[in-house]
Amino acid sequence: MSATVQKTDPAPAAGDERSARSFVDLVFRARELSIGGALVLLILCTWIANPGFLDDQGVEDLLLNSSILVLLAVGQSVVVITRNIDLSVGSVVGLTAFACGDFVSGTDHSAFVVVLLGIALGTACGLVSGLLVSFGKVPALVVTLGMLYVIQGLDYWWAGGEQINAANLPDDVLSLGTGDVLGIPYLPLITAAVLAGTAYYLRSYTGGRELYAIGSNPEAARLAGIPIRRRVLGAYAFSGAIAGFAGALWLARFGTVVADAANGWELTVVSAVVVGGVAITGGVGSVWGAALGAALLTTIGSALVVLKVSSFWQQAITGVLLLAAITTDRIVQRRTTSALRKRRRP
Amino acid sequence: MPTATVLTMTEVPVLAARGLSKSFGAVRALQDVSLTLHAGEAHALAGENGAGKSTLIKILAGVHRPDAGRLLLDDAPVSFHGPADARDAGIAVIYQEPTLFPDLSIAENIFMGRQPRRTLRRIDRASVHDATAALMRRLGVDLGPDRPARGLSIADQQIVEIAKALSFDARVLIMDEPTAALTGSETARLFAVVEALRAEGAAVLFISHRLEEVFRLCRRVTTLRDGRWIATDEVAALTEDDLVRRMVGRDLDELYPKQDAELGETALSVRRLTREGVFHDVSFDVRRGEIVALAGLVGAGRSEVVQAAFGVDTPDAGEVHVAGRPLRRGSPTAAMDAGVALVPEDRRQRGLVMEMSIERNIGLTGLGSLGSAGLVKRTLERGRAADWAAKLRLKYGRLTDDVGVLSGGNQQKVVLAKWLATEPSVLIVDEPTRGIDVGTKAEVHRLLSELAAGGLAVLMVSSDLPEVLGMADRVLVMHEGRLVAEIPRAEATEESVMTAATGRGAKEAAA
Amino acid sequence: MKSLGTYLRWDTAVGILLIAVFLAGTSSTDGFASTGNMSAALNDTAEIALIALPMTLLVVAGQVDLSVASMLGLSSALAGSLWDAGYAFELIVPVCLLAGAAGGLLNGWLVTRVGLPPLAVTIGTLTLYRGLASVVLGDKAVAGFPDTYSRWASSTETVPGTFVPYPIALFAVLAVLAAVLLHMTGFGRSLYAIGAQEDAAWFAGIRVKRIKLALFVVSGLMASFAGIVYTLRYGSARADNGLGLELVVIASVLLGGVDFNGGKGTLGGAVAGVLLIGLLNNLLTLNDVANEIRVIVTGLLLIASVLAPRAVSALAERRSRRLAAAP
Repeated sequence: MSATVQKTDPAPAAGDERSARSFVDLVFRARELSIGGALVLLILCTWIANPGFLDDQGVEDLLLNSSILVLLAVGQSVVVITRNIDLSVGSVVGLTAFACGDFVSGTDHSAFVVVLLGIALGTACGLVSGLLVSFGKVPALVVTLGMLYVIQGLDYWWAGGEQINAANLPDDVLSLGTGDVLGIPYLPLITAAVLAGTAYYLRSYTGGRELYAIGSNPEAARLAGIPIRRRVLGAYAFSGAIAGFAGALWLARFGTVVADAANGWELTVVSAVVVGGVAITGGVGSVWGAALGAALLTTIGSALVVLKVSSFWQQAITGVLLLAAITTDRIVQRRTTSALRKRRRP
Repeated sequence: MPTATVLTMTEVPVLAARGLSKSFGAVRALQDVSLTLHAGEAHALAGENGAGKSTLIKILAGVHRPDAGRLLLDDAPVSFHGPADARDAGIAVIYQEPTLFPDLSIAENIFMGRQPRRTLRRIDRASVHDATAALMRRLGVDLGPDRPARGLSIADQQIVEIAKALSFDARVLIMDEPTAALTGSETARLFAVVEALRAEGAAVLFISHRLEEVFRLCRRVTTLRDGRWIATDEVAALTEDDLVRRMVGRDLDELYPKQDAELGETALSVRRLTREGVFHDVSFDVRRGEIVALAGLVGAGRSEVVQAAFGVDTPDAGEVHVAGRPLRRGSPTAAMDAGVALVPEDRRQRGLVMEMSIERNIGLTGLGSLGSAGLVKRTLERGRAADWAAKLRLKYGRLTDDVGVLSGGNQQKVVLAKWLATEPSVLIVDEPTRGIDVGTKAEVHRLLSELAAGGLAVLMVSSDLPEVLGMADRVLVMHEGRLVAEIPRAEATEESVMTAATGRGAKEAAA
Repeated sequence: MKSLGTYLRWDTAVGILLIAVFLAGTSSTDGFASTGNMSAALNDTAEIALIALPMTLLVVAGQVDLSVASMLGLSSALAGSLWDAGYAFELIVPVCLLAGAAGGLLNGWLVTRVGLPPLAVTIGTLTLYRGLASVVLGDKAVAGFPDTYSRWASSTETVPGTFVPYPIALFAVLAVLAAVLLHMTGFGRSLYAIGAQEDAAWFAGIRVKRIKLALFVVSGLMASFAGIVYTLRYGSARADNGLGLELVVIASVLLGGVDFNGGKGTLGGAVAGVLLIGLLNNLLTLNDVANEIRVIVTGLLLIASVLAPRAVSALAERRSRRLAAAP
């Protein structure tokens, strides 16, 4: 076909709106700021109540405990931003953790191979979900719920009651979970790298912006010529890859893996993402927020232990937090809309 | 069949369609349609609803692929595999309902999918921002590039769409009823921009149900009927009657047959109705047998007033009385019980449940009365639908068909049927003939007139000035959320109504 | 021209599949069709079946309630803790039901008054109610509920002259009521309208918010009732009773052809979906098929349930296009 592509020459205009832009950016960041603030406040209060919370071991525990959930939240938010959902992540983590363990038990494969295997397996799972959602045009919740069952079933079937033991794993793999750089364990470093990379892609690349566009108005995205199916498929593949990666890390961190590892995590991950300000209706939110949400949920768990509050409260608090987060978002949004409306005509 | 004026054009058309056909399922939307667009030409596409205009522009826009026929760009055959291909070929489409991303900024909306890039293929956010600011200056509007699209008025959304077309120097600009929701001044601004683009050599394809716009703006007009090409004419050689005849294939009766009716007692009385920031202190009465038009520019708050009166929106202050009795605020059910009906402006979202059958849609307003003890008797439901379908001369296959398969005009008849079946004493209609074909439009007007003659009180929101002047016994005019004028039929002219609507007139006391 | 979908609706297909599974089971597996096994198989689906009824209404109206299994657990935990504290069972039941209604009210309030998406709300209350269950009962298990009630819930006590256990008999009555409500009343019509086009329903004078609120309350009520049945059937009150059951309920309802996007589906289809998963599970268990295979089969059925109707209509469209193309 003949197509004349015309490039836009951006007019060299004055940057006088720049300050306005940073203000708007700030308003949009308000959600991340408030979750971050809550997190800092929680850590501070717990620390004051029990200084042991933030000693070397305490900090390391906090970082390690939240790493995997944060990682999964990053993957999930990419899917949720497109107005979809991936409920299969928990089962993918379980499957890959077991599969990787089964693969390396008694061998001396390197950690690199294990991670690669995990990512490959996870991507495959994500691709199946993605193909069903994008090309089968079926509701994401239903398909990924189905995938959850299928993958979980495969996992249990494969495991057949067996479990992976740390003793059989190569040291290289285990060191991935225990080693550190300058005192910072690998896991949080890896998570931070994935988080920063994803955030940068979502903000500064066409593909990333198109994910937001798809979630914001799918019909408009179609008319704007955005390759919706490919992007949604990509989002699922990414979420699957992350889940697979997390599975490999799970193996490295815990060493002992039973078939139902990460069972039920899908809803925790979705909660973290939503608490972090990613709208379940798509188009809104950032992976930074999602990561903070995940960190907050994990920290609450750790703080309860330190504060000697019965761990039975943890789930109830998470629920209240989630409801409070979405309710506040909604009320703020409503106030803003109503203020805009009233300002229109004095 | 009317004779086509054959035009001899020596230059190569920018975009040409040859023998396009397209079917959806068993429905043949287009059959063997051809069209040529030349650089610097404004070309109108005319036809009733269902004539195939939308299908044609969606093919030109790369949304649909034709089953047969070819597209030629600069005389070279092209095939579009998606909207992006058409856009890359320099074709911009502005749809009737703007298609923006509410959560993204105006700048992102304009450049989505083709953002200027820096090293490593990263988006150059600064130049996206600056280019948008430049576009807004060129269009002479004050819209910040970083403002999210959520909350923009329809007119501003159209502006963003036009900025999008400008941003890639579109060679072909296709506009599907762009003025349907615009005010007079906004329309003028739009036309000025379009005219400038055309003068720079763009080809413009323009669709509008407002024939005067076709005559004002366009040089040639292509008429479609029932998915077939009928004629392509020089506009200068046509009269409005000629064009209407080409569109409907027959002569039309008078468009606005308002009968004189005996006015009865006050049926609807609105007192000091206020919704903060939307409309303020609105009071008026409508009497039995009377058609009162609520005129004004889009955005003046007319639809909002009638929605608050009906109770789908809750007013902040004020009262609504029906036959002297006050209505509970914010309760459509109470309004319906009192005999009020509202035919809303947005047929597809608010008027009908598109994936429900015709009979169930008509039955939806009478769920309590279609049987006893909450049960719905199917025979009653069907009888009600069949009755009203016959009375309104609805064209349909079966009553169990989804209402979505009907043409726009027939869908509007279903909405009317659904509300007339409640046997209202006050009928509120919001833009009753927007986007429906001329034939059905005349039928709707006749119907409203007959209903009023039978003692119904009719309140009609309309942006169609000839319709307002032809139908109304009395014209209420709103400007920026306030009722600014009440003009009796005898004094209502295009000028008097527009003067009040644009806020230029002295503020006459409202009723 | 009629599409193929007109001739074979998915809910009918599930009904046929159900009969096929029954016949296959009868011929292949000894004891499958025995009254004892049928009673057990049916009673094993009691909670899922009961919760599926309000869930069907919710999904038709374009809503969803993911908190049902947590509410079941909370109800069970409440029952256990009150029983442990020595309260009479006759008092415990209304308290549990009240808690269920209150939980449903909170869901409905957040959805209708605050205006939040039901998915987000009920993921939140899923966590909250399960958390409250832990708070109420911790990790204890309470047993020893009164025999009269336990017998009522067991599969060995059946309605005289039939193989139908009492919980299932109750379900059957409620299912008929729900079917009448959904398919023969104005209320049912309203649910379809709300699910398909909420704005249009509101503009037609349907009390959208009130109806949604009522649905959530009924859903919570039914979930708490199912919690009592579950507790009695297993003779054990625990905070993690019915963990993950919400997904099975939704899977059953969707398998029965109720459209997750709202506005489409039948109650008969949903009931067929529940029974299909129940019978299939029972059949596979009798044949010593491992639990994991059953889980996989459930997942595949669920995916098929949304994929198949779309595949059928896509095929039908392709066929009609071919017909149209041929002059």
